[in-house]
Amino acid sequence: MRLSPCVTQRIAVTILWALAATTIAVLLFIVAFILTRGMPHLTLEFLTQSPRSMGREGGVLPMIVGTLWVAGLAVMIAAPVGVITAIYLTEYTREGRLTDVIRFGADCLAGIPSIIFGLFGFVFFVITLGMGFSVVSGALTLALMVLPTIIRTSEEAIRAVPRSYRDVSYGLGASRWDMVTKVVVRSALPGIGTGIVLSIGRCFSETAAVMLTAGSALRMPTSAFESTRTLALHFYILAREGISMPKAYATASVLILAILAINLCAYWVMRRFVAKVR
Amino acid sequence: MGETGNNEIEARARQLMEAMVAGQPAAPSVRPKMVVDRFTASFGGAESLKNISLTINPRERLAIIGPAGGGKTTFLRSLNRLNDLEPGFSHVGRILLDGRDIYGPDVDVPALRRQLGMVYAVPAPLPWSIYENLIFGPQLKGAKGRDRLDEIVETALRGAFLWDEVKDRLKMNATDLSGGQQQRLCLARVLALEPEVLLLDEPCSGLDPVATAKIEDAMANLKAKYPVVLVTNNTKQAARASDRTAFFLMGELIEIGPTRALFTNPVHGRTSDYITGNFG
Amino acid sequence: MKEATKDTCISLILLAVAMSAIAGLAVIAAFIFREGLPIMFKVGVREFLFSSAWYPGEGRFGIFPMIIGSLAVTVGAMLIGGILGLGCAIVLTQFCPRRLADFLKPSIELLAGIPSVVYGFIGVVILVPLIAEYLGGPGLSVLASSVVLGVMVLPTVTSISIDAIQAVPRAYREGSIALGATQWQTTHMVILKAAWSGIIAAIILGMGRAVGETMAVIMVAGNTLDLPHSILDPVRTLTSNIALEMGYAAGDHRKALFATGVTLFVIIMALNILALMVSRRRARRVGA
Repeated sequence: MRLSPCVTQRIAVTILWALAATTIAVLLFIVAFILTRGMPHLTLEFLTQSPRSMGREGGVLPMIVGTLWVAGLAVMIAAPVGVITAIYLTEYTREGRLTDVIRFGADCLAGIPSIIFGLFGFVFFVITLGMGFSVVSGALTLALMVLPTIIRTSEEAIRAVPRSYRDVSYGLGASRWDMVTKVVVRSALPGIGTGIVLSIGRCFSETAAVMLTAGSALRMPTSAFESTRTLALHFYILAREGISMPKAYATASVLILAILAINLCAYWVMRRFVAKVR
Repeated sequence: MGETGNNEIEARARQLMEAMVAGQPAAPSVRPKMVVDRFTASFGGAESLKNISLTINPRERLAIIGPAGGGKTTFLRSLNRLNDLEPGFSHVGRILLDGRDIYGPDVDVPALRRQLGMVYAVPAPLPWSIYENLIFGPQLKGAKGRDRLDEIVETALRGAFLWDEVKDRLKMNATDLSGGQQQRLCLARVLALEPEVLLLDEPCSGLDPVATAKIEDAMANLKAKYPVVLVTNNTKQAARASDRTAFFLMGELIEIGPTRALFTNPVHGRTSDYITGNFG
Repeated sequence: MKEATKDTCISLILLAVAMSAIAGLAVIAAFIFREGLPIMFKVGVREFLFSSAWYPGEGRFGIFPMIIGSLAVTVGAMLIGGILGLGCAIVLTQFCPRRLADFLKPSIELLAGIPSVVYGFIGVVILVPLIAEYLGGPGLSVLASSVVLGVMVLPTVTSISIDAIQAVPRAYREGSIALGATQWQTTHMVILKAAWSGIIAAIILGMGRAVGETMAVIMVAGNTLDLPHSILDPVRTLTSNIALEMGYAAGDHRKALFATGVTLFVIIMALNILALMVSRRRARRVGA
């Protein structure tokens, strides 16, 4: 049965739109499902109190603090390393064996599953370096995880800076370092910032890696060498052990809202500043 | 240059006289600002400039003309060592600035580039305010202090004939200026460094006649302080806006002399071919 | 010379920092292999990879069911995520009005930020009972895992496919339309053919993500130690194996979990290198 091209087109388009709509619907459904069940329990007490009886009661303040600490520290470590790597790859060498090797390293690092990072962090930071389950172990592990993302986005941002800026800077008597820091990186800052912000979001959602490195202590962490439990891990434990469904939904809502806020922030920055540079 | 009616004829006559006077070669007792001594430039083994020798004298505008690919821009970029940034660049010969070889072993290259200010064909303002564009270079040199920077900015803008148009809008983003204004800004940016020679690479190529005239006026005004080397594809511009002209063809310097003389009575056949538009 | 030496110094310092990525990779590989390889050889590589007996108490470590589990779940995930993702990509680049596409693409990427544990949770709460009721079995199954993972890799597959499709020169599309082809014909005969290696790369990368996913799978897979015989059977993946038992494993047991990690690492590296090769080949052909 040979259909005319017009009919084939209509069928194909319908199927495709159905697929696309399914995708969007599913994703929206997930967010709506969690938020409708979690928002009612998302009270001020929930955000400012510590958990009681394993999380059945009380709030998630230590988890919020722990998450911010681990994610913040991770990004503070990974960002300079990543941006510097990107600067080196774009401005200080030419394409060749060396850049291929560095990029291969970053690409492979990007593909490693989080559980392997967790294993590594456990063996290396927690045991070999003796840091134990702690904010620091978690942060260092997560830093390795987000490093490739920061390198990639920074590289793209730096490459997007027009070549003329470099010529002009050299012409005005700038050294290479001056040109890179005062002109190129300054212009690439929105793109770099977006990558960093997105990495923070990634740290928020990470569970497997922090489970084996930051531990799962319920107390409020008072030093970077203490164990802590992140929001994502707390949600996982509450849900899996069936401790408290309402609290689980509320925790998930906090997570989702925080991540959506972070991502929106990143997009807003991109839209507002990248347009101007062009 | 806002003359009208009768005064116009007078002004024109004055212009022609000045051009004739300027066309004379500099007096032999004046030392040249720059000397190019048998300079050859190669990229990855292929020669782009072959055995160029010429001088650049104070208080003159030297135009460099010739067909595309003739080495004009390469020559200009050799003067401020921008070619060093291209892979595979090598050279033979010397280029002297005030008697010192700029390719010598102890030369501070960034400082050299500030001494030879370059303006490019496509206006390239940095994506900042006018003020920030102008103070970028001086700050690299170490200039500080609000008063000093303000002074630098005003002097530079006046020299580029741009002050009156933007003096109230210094915080404005430079990319919002018109093409002609942007190019004058680039000129001002270079002037802010108080260079010793001005290098202009087809500065008017994208501009309308009014904007072009303003840049040429600025150049005429500036030559009293700095020698100007002007690369141009526009022979008419070379004829009206320079004191001496050099003709480059395929990396070689074919002919150089006072502009009037070169245009009315070129020595080489190829020069006259180019000028009359028989090729290129 | 002062400027040149300063530049060289800075260059070397930056190089040292830039090597961190590959240094990190090397250290990670080193430690995982150091912990895991010895037990693989002690038990015997054949036994480890192909036996179905996982009895840590008796020192028997065979991960074959987990390998099959990971494989089954990944293939399922790619079928779902690949088809949906590609469909989305095609719609967004070819058939969608510009403004809607500009809104939808970032929205999909935004939703990619949802934590995997949330996906798993929704799977447990909604999908698993649905499967149990309408299709039979315990609900915790290969099918549930595939669906959850498929939805999780959707944003990845979609955005990389979009990039691949947008990289096809406009001239191809315009040439085809000028010859009288309908939009759909243009799409599947011209554009998809040209973007094919990019799309394959997207799928391979998506596979890598799916194989490596841990938390979501634990919640919906059932985690039994038997070989699954149908998609409705519960299953345990390589990643779940590690995450579930690491908390209380010790001695050889713990080392065996590292060995599971080694297996996983090798599989993922193979997939990554495959994806890189595919996209390099495409770059060379397109002349990028």
